Amino acid sequence: MFISQNFEMDSFSQNPEFTIHSFFTFLDTTIMAVEFEGGVVIGADSRTTTGAYIANRVTDKLTPIHERIFCCRSGSAADTQAIADAVTYQLGFHSIELDEAPLVQTAASLFREMCYRYREELMAGIIVAGWDPRRGGQVYTVPVGGMMTRQPVSVGGSGSSYIYGYVDSNYRAGMSKEECLKFTAEALTLAMERDGSSGGVVRLAVISEQGVERQVILGNQLPKFSTV
Amino acid sequence: ISLLPIQYDLSASTFSPDGRVFQVEYAIKAVENSSTAIGIRCKDGVVFGVEKLVLSKLYEEGSNKRIFNIDRHVGMAVAGLLADARSLSEVSREEASNFRSNYGHDIPLKHLADRVAMYVHAYTLYSAVRPFGCSFILGSYDEDDGPQLYMVDPSGISHGYWGCAIGKAKQAAKTEIEKLQMKEMTCRELVKEVAKIIYIVHDEVKDKAFELELSWVGEVTKGRHELVPKDIKEEAEKYAKVIYIALKHILSKLCPFILNISLSNNIVYILW
Repeated sequence: MFISQNFEMDSFSQNPEFTIHSFFTFLDTTIMAVEFEGGVVIGADSRTTTGAYIANRVTDKLTPIHERIFCCRSGSAADTQAIADAVTYQLGFHSIELDEAPLVQTAASLFREMCYRYREELMAGIIVAGWDPRRGGQVYTVPVGGMMTRQPVSVGGSGSSYIYGYVDSNYRAGMSKEECLKFTAEALTLAMERDGSSGGVVRLAVISEQGVERQVILGNQLPKFSTV
Repeated sequence: ISLLPIQYDLSASTFSPDGRVFQVEYAIKAVENSSTAIGIRCKDGVVFGVEKLVLSKLYEEGSNKRIFNIDRHVGMAVAGLLADARSLSEVSREEASNFRSNYGHDIPLKHLADRVAMYVHAYTLYSAVRPFGCSFILGSYDEDDGPQLYMVDPSGISHGYWGCAIGKAKQAAKTEIEKLQMKEMTCRELVKEVAKIIYIVHDEVKDKAFELELSWVGEVTKGRHELVPKDIKEEAEKYAKVIYIALKHILSKLCPFILNISLSNNIVYILW
């Protein structure tokens, strides 16, 4: 995720002598979410960049939207924070009106509506994951552009391109909570090793009927893979 | 305490000294002038039955329906001023459609009933408008909540029910409904009972011809609200008439000099 500097892109076309350091990078971050029987495991790295400078090396990209619904944010830090705030408000209102816990699908639809309507202005890739009493653990991905689809496993952010192979070959349906945690931590570590825009610590959360358990895996505790 | 409503019944924004809003009560009376509609919730669905009085032989069959589709999974049966009911069905449709557009899934029936009831209630607050002169029964079925049935009346109150009746014969219909064990019945069994109840409460003396409108939503229709298919409806009407005709036959056999028997409001009139 990145913080944008305050200058105009238009000056590039109007003044050919003006050199640009583009601070708009295509979706840094690595985020991931996995469904298991009884809940979901979500994970993210912790790096926020302004160009090459790491503005925050311990960012929390796992944002609560409701008691048992979280979103993993990638893309513009400002855009995703604003969207998450708006959806948190709408979902809270909706939940009180209905007098029951909101569905994860409803939260994902709200994200989708906003991301699609304002697709020209926004740069946000979001994974919505959580648990609701009707359909259990669910993961919905809302990438840039504003489509929405449910997936058992979803990865996002610039670091995700490096781990599609790992995820596709190692994911099995019906994994337990511990297996999902290990799977997510390892995938994120591999992405952080290779992607310059991802790094720091691995933040994990398990969302289930019992509630939310959060954990952090510090840099020196990350799983080790062979260094070539 | 004023028993006479003079002065206090001209607008919905006036209370009477004994705390009543007469306009709302008059609206409820308007519903009681219309023919009966019933809705019953069973184990796996909801069935609606409406006694649609046919005022003229020149009417096309099936016109002026009193059962509406609000959403794929929600149906509405009405009693009272039909024009008011049509306008409310449009309001309900808009509510259901907006909900789906904002939140991405079917509207839960309790929420829809609350929203429409709030709308109906708003019209009981001001002197510039009159309250809606219709009650309606909403029913739906979905996999998570199962069958649901709610009724809204002109005062803007909504309740959830296992069985309810509105219209002129609602007391008689309620008595019949209470005899049923609806929690153990399936939709197919219930369709016949609903037809039977409508035939029983229909007053042959005061009202002549009527059309029976039957609709259902449940597991049997995979959660879609539909009119009951023609063959099942005919079977249900046959069952309803059999009970009724059997009663006539038995009594006429017992007394040969009975000229005519008719059933009205659970009272049998015998002409001899």
